[in-house]
Amino acid sequence: MLLAGLMTGGVYALVALGFVMIYKASGVFNLAQGELFMVGGLLCWTFAAELGLPIWLSLMLALAVSVILGIVIERLTMRPLIGESPFTLIVMTLSLTLMITGLATLKWGGVTLGMFDLIPSGSLKFGGVFLSQQLLGCFVLAILGVIIFSLYFRYTKSGLSMRAVAENHQAARSTGIRIGNVFRLVWIIGAITAAVGGILLGSINGVSIFMRLMGLKILPVVLLGGLDSIPGAIVAGLVVGALESLALGYLDPIIGEGFSQVFPFVILVIVLMVRPHGIFGLARIERI
Amino acid sequence: MARLPAGTLSESYQVDKAIVRTRLQWGLSIAGLILLFILPLFVNSDRTLILLNTIGITIITVQGLNILTGYCGQINLGQVGFMAVGGYTSAILAININLPFWICLPLAGIATAMVGVIFGLPALRVKGFYLALATIAAQFIILFCVYLIPDLTGGAAGLTIPSPNLGGIVFNSEQNFYYIIIVAVIITTFFAKNLARTRVGRAFIAIRDNDLAAEVMGISLAKYKTMAFAICAFYAGIAGSLWAYYTGVVHPDQYTMVDSIWYVGMVIVGGMGSTVGAIFGTIFLRLIEEMANSQLAPWLGTVFPAIAGQASASMALFFQGLIIALFLIFEPRGIAHRWETFKASYRLWPFPY
Repeated sequence: MLLAGLMTGGVYALVALGFVMIYKASGVFNLAQGELFMVGGLLCWTFAAELGLPIWLSLMLALAVSVILGIVIERLTMRPLIGESPFTLIVMTLSLTLMITGLATLKWGGVTLGMFDLIPSGSLKFGGVFLSQQLLGCFVLAILGVIIFSLYFRYTKSGLSMRAVAENHQAARSTGIRIGNVFRLVWIIGAITAAVGGILLGSINGVSIFMRLMGLKILPVVLLGGLDSIPGAIVAGLVVGALESLALGYLDPIIGEGFSQVFPFVILVIVLMVRPHGIFGLARIERI
Repeated sequence: MARLPAGTLSESYQVDKAIVRTRLQWGLSIAGLILLFILPLFVNSDRTLILLNTIGITIITVQGLNILTGYCGQINLGQVGFMAVGGYTSAILAININLPFWICLPLAGIATAMVGVIFGLPALRVKGFYLALATIAAQFIILFCVYLIPDLTGGAAGLTIPSPNLGGIVFNSEQNFYYIIIVAVIITTFFAKNLARTRVGRAFIAIRDNDLAAEVMGISLAKYKTMAFAICAFYAGIAGSLWAYYTGVVHPDQYTMVDSIWYVGMVIVGGMGSTVGAIFGTIFLRLIEEMANSQLAPWLGTVFPAIAGQASASMALFFQGLIIALFLIFEPRGIAHRWETFKASYRLWPFPY
C-alpha cells in the first residue's frame, strides 16, 4: 500500500514539477494545472479509445495539443498580465480553469470513465509484495520525466536561461535572454508535465471530467516541497502520495470515509501554520 | 443640471461623510427602495423571480467577500465553505431544536463567523497565494466534516428544512421569499457601505494597501484581519442560511469549489473594494449565467446535436471564465470604475474634468 502510494506520488511529483517551473520562471501560480492534466488524459483517451489510433500516435497528438494549449494560454492570458499583483494572476488562472472545464465538459462531459491501454496490466512480485505492473510502469515513466527535466534545467542552454529568468527578470534580460520565449517555454513544460501525468494516471484509473481535481491535490505537494524548489516538488510528491495511501489504509476506517481525500489538505494547513515555505523552499514569505 | 453636485459642496463634516448627501440622492434612494419593494408585483414569470432571488442571496455573500478581499485585501477562495456552515447550522437548529427562522438566521451567521475566525488564522501568518491555498483547504475540510457526522448533518443525503413562518404567513413561494431576501440585501449592503467610513473600515483599507505600514501605524493586524474574516464569514453564513431556507434542502453537492471562484470573479468584475461594485458584478455574472443556460445552450443543442446534453452545464462555466478573464485583462478595476467615470462625466458636463 505504501508502495502504491509512492507510485502515484511519482505522478504527483511530475505534475507538481510543471507547477513549480511555471512559478519559478514567471511568478504565476498555475491553478489550472489540474485542468491541463485532465485535458491531456482526455485527449489521449479520445485518440486512442474513441478514434482507435495507435497508442504512440495518440500520445504524440495528445501532447501536441496540450503544448498548443499551453502556448495559447501563455500568449493570450498571461502575457497581458505581466507584472500584475499575485491576486490578479491567481484569479486569471482560476478563470482559465472555468473556461477549460467548460469547454472540456462540452466534449467529454457525459463520459463517466474511459480507459485506454498504455502499459499492459499484470502484477509483479517484488520481494513479498505484489505490485501492479501498470503502477510501476507509471512510476518509472514519471521519475524518468522528472530526471529528464532536472537534467534539462541543469545542462542545456535553454534550461539555464530558464533558471536565470527565475532568479531575476531584469538581469536575465540584460544578458540577452528573451523573457517572452522563456515564459512560453515554461508554460509548454508545464503543459507537457501535466498532460503526461494525465495520460499516465488516466491509463490506470480511467479518464473523466473529474480528473481536474488533481489540480487541487498538487497544491499540498508544492506547498510541502516549497514553491520554488524542484527537488522539493519531487520529494513532496512522493511523500504526499505515500501519506495519502497510508491514510486510506489506516486512518479511513477510524475517522471516516473519504478522509484520505481531505488528508492532503490537512497536511497543507499544518504546513502553512508551521513552515509555510515548505521543506526546501526559500524562506521568503513575509510573516507578521 | 443645476442640482447635480459638480464638486465638493459639503458645508460640514457630517454631510461630507454621509452616504446620501444631496436631496436629489435622498429622493433617488427612496424611490429606488420603493421600486425594489414593488418589483415582484410587476414581474409575472416565476423564472425571473427565481433569478432575482438568486441574485439577492449572491449579493449578500459577495458583499461579505468584498469586505474581506476588496477592503482588507485577503484572498478568500473558500467562501462557499462558509456558506455551507451557515446553511447546515440553520438546518440543524431548525430541525433538531425547532428554532424559528428569525433566530436561526442570526445564529447561523454567528456560528459561521466563529468558523471564519478559525480559518482566518492562517491569514495572520501568510498572505497571497498561501492564504488562497489555506482557504481552499478550509472549504474542503468543512465539506468533509459534513460527511463526518452524518447523524447530525444528513451526510451525503442532506437535510430538508421547513419554510420560514411569520405569524401565519408561510414564506414558501418565490414572491414571498423575495421580500425576506430584499430586506436582508438592503440591510447587509447598508452595513457594508457604512463599514468603509468607520474606523474599522479604514483599518481594513490600510491593511490592504500596505500591511507592514499599517502595523507600524498602530493598527493591530491580528485583530483586524480576524475581524475581516469574521465579518465575511458572517455574511456568508447569512447568505448560506437564506439559501438553505430558499431551496428547502441542504446538500453537500450544493457547495462546490466552482461557486467560490464565481464569487471571487464577481468581486473582481464588479470592482474590488466597492459596495456597489459587488452588486454590479453579481448581477452581471448571474445574468450571463442565466442567458447562457436559457438561450445559448438550447441553441447550441440544435446546431451541434452531439453536444446538446452537456451544453447547458458547460456554457455558463465557459462564459463566466471568459468574462472574468476579459475583465482582468481590459478592466481590472471592474464595472464600478466605469460607473464612477460615467457619473463624473455627467456631473461635470459640459466640462471634461
